[in-house]
Amino acid sequence: MTVFEIDCRGLNFKAVNREIKKAAERGEKHLRLLNVNGQRYICGGLKGEVKVEIHGFPGNDLGIFMDGPMVEVYGNAGDGVGNTMNSGHIIVHGDVGDVVGYSMRGGRIYVRGNAGYRLGIHLKEYGEKKPIIVVGGEVGDFLGEYMAGGVVVVLRLESDGAIESRFIAAGIHGGRIFVRGRIDENRLGFGAAVSDLSEEDYGLLEELVRDFCRVMKCSSRGVSSEEFVKIIPVSKRPFEKLYHQTSIKVP
Amino acid sequence: MKIEKIPEFKVLIDESKCIRCKICVNECSFGALRYDKKKNKIVSKDWLCVACLRCVAKCPTGAITITRNPISLSPHDYWTERVRRDIWIRAETGSPRLVSMGTNLNYPSIFDHLLLDACQVTNPPIDPLREPIELETYLGDRSISVHSEDPLGLMIEVPIIFGAMSYGSISLEAQKALAKAAKELGTLMNVGEGGLHPDLYPYGDNIIVQVASGRFGVHRDYLNAAAAVEIKIGQGAKPGIGGHLPGEKVTAEISAMRMIPEGTDALSPAPHHDIYSIEDLSQLVYAIKEATDYSKPVFVKIAAVHNVAYIASGIARSGADGIVIDGFRGGTGAAPQVIRDNLGIPIEIAIAVVDDKLREEGLRERVALIASGGIRNSGDVAKAIALGADAVAISTAALVAMGCTLCQHCYTGKCPWGIATQDPKLRARLNVDEAARRVVNLVKAWSTELKEILGALGLSSIEGLRGNREKLRGIGLDELTLKMLGVKPAGR
Ligand code: SF4
Ligand code: SF4
Repeated sequence: MTVFEIDCRGLNFKAVNREIKKAAERGEKHLRLLNVNGQRYICGGLKGEVKVEIHGFPGNDLGIFMDGPMVEVYGNAGDGVGNTMNSGHIIVHGDVGDVVGYSMRGGRIYVRGNAGYRLGIHLKEYGEKKPIIVVGGEVGDFLGEYMAGGVVVVLRLESDGAIESRFIAAGIHGGRIFVRGRIDENRLGFGAAVSDLSEEDYGLLEELVRDFCRVMKCSSRGVSSEEFVKIIPVSKRPFEKLYHQTSIKVP
Repeated sequence: MKIEKIPEFKVLIDESKCIRCKICVNECSFGALRYDKKKNKIVSKDWLCVACLRCVAKCPTGAITITRNPISLSPHDYWTERVRRDIWIRAETGSPRLVSMGTNLNYPSIFDHLLLDACQVTNPPIDPLREPIELETYLGDRSISVHSEDPLGLMIEVPIIFGAMSYGSISLEAQKALAKAAKELGTLMNVGEGGLHPDLYPYGDNIIVQVASGRFGVHRDYLNAAAAVEIKIGQGAKPGIGGHLPGEKVTAEISAMRMIPEGTDALSPAPHHDIYSIEDLSQLVYAIKEATDYSKPVFVKIAAVHNVAYIASGIARSGADGIVIDGFRGGTGAAPQVIRDNLGIPIEIAIAVVDDKLREEGLRERVALIASGGIRNSGDVAKAIALGADAVAISTAALVAMGCTLCQHCYTGKCPWGIATQDPKLRARLNVDEAARRVVNLVKAWSTELKEILGALGLSSIEGLRGNREKLRGIGLDELTLKMLGVKPAGR
């Protein structure tokens, strides 16, 4: 299949995205962006089945509101990767910044390296739509805060021992997080609890680890499903008792 | 009986008129009425009554009266009955109270201390019956040349739009009624943060969609379906705290729209977790513009707070096309009482200081200014515009037009009028066409009134009133407030 190349040197984000959209509308199926240097919103709101290779450093909000494309970054990416994305894949062969996968509604994000603060917050889920994020390295604080659904996996391929992130899954009311290695309970946020893994969890983890290592061309040797801790909401309604709902009206 | 259950209202049923039809029993969604077979009469649990007046409206013989419970607490003007009841409720439950609608405290209203000027002899008024008076309003960047390829503004036929109320907080029927009304009136309604129901897509040209911190129902097609996109930072009823849809209202349909578990509390946190500065805000503004190909205006809604002028100046520089400011009287489906009743500033002051700041910095024409939070009548609309707003957003008034009696129990999900509920039985009570008709009527009546006001002021268009504070005078306002409002005292 032919690859359509776009040289992004000297182009601002508007121009880059215009080129991408034009190419996708023309029916190009495989784009290669060269010399990307901090342009924001790459593939923002892009719809359809197109593969986009990114060489260089994409700016913040890569793939925001994206709906379908397959994006692969050969390098690091900034904040807000896959922000409010609806479907598609984002693969980053390096590190990513903060708020990755904020309110993601579907699709997958794979990150080979480390991720910053607030990964996978407000993840959604309904019926067939289930967003999945897999991180190969470590993650920052507030992992999975306010999660309402979906799956987050933190592989910590290069680390042993307990996870350092704080306030994990504060306010979680749906979905599940799997962290490889130990987790001290005092690292959990309000409304989060550790739980045993089910048969289905083991199956899902095996599939995800296999797929992640295939895509990242890394070895899954030494990663066993037994090593994962699962974090879930204590209840579907962690905030039920936060406020008193009375039908007694006060004058 | 626990002290906090001493009823506030009393249901009085006139035995001689009551025909035992039991209609009221079915109509009371708060469970306050019951038919007692043995006694052959309707009995009430008065402490459950919220004075919504549904039973009164539906009783075929007019047998029901709701009154304030005539019992008297020993009078005390400082430790009022309200204060004492508030303490008892907390003492019993250990939790903050959730409430609905705008604050019911008696803060002074600035609108009620402003009067409009009028023409006499030397500057003749205009007769709206004879001469056309224009209410058309442009929402967007006025500094863009008309020859520009993409003027992003929207033209609305009246300077009144409907404020944000989400699917979840209000019923689909109520949203449909607002959408129909907006279409008929040539204005806009705002679907709030709960996503856009498929039934509303056909009304897209008259809809503002919202992107709030919970990002419920936000995706590419949602953004593109609307006439404008609003980033919700805050709300007048609860500045600094996020959205809250109690689990009682998160039914299967709401769960599908918001993509959250059924029965959970839908919480949107106070900040957008990708916005901590004006630069971050600007990033989201342009992300939305990119996703919509620069085809729609992006508004930013904030609560009116002390430094609102500086924030508004930042918003105007962020690339946004409009600023929506919601005063402390703004309504809500659910908010902690202490927040609703104690935070924020009046919309009147906010409009004036924002308009001043934007003018001072040469930014006023770059953005539309939409004011909301306690607009009760066309007089308030005219005063808000004279203070500097381009248009106002109304929500509570529109619900009251549909039949809401302001019982202030929206958070329970039991709205007896089918407005603030997701219960199918209650929703069926709201007739979409009838509700739309009444909302249209309200805005039409206000429009006629606005024209009469403009005529009396000698102005031929609403544009001439915009920011025209010379047309306002204050009564009973202190010097500093007058100065802040940029308004002279009456008589000068
Ligand atoms: S809550 Fe409403 S319907 Fe029920 S008794 Fe009171 S006024 Fe009547
Ligand atoms: S919308 Fe319904 S529940 Fe809310 S105040 Fe009005 S009548 Fe009461």
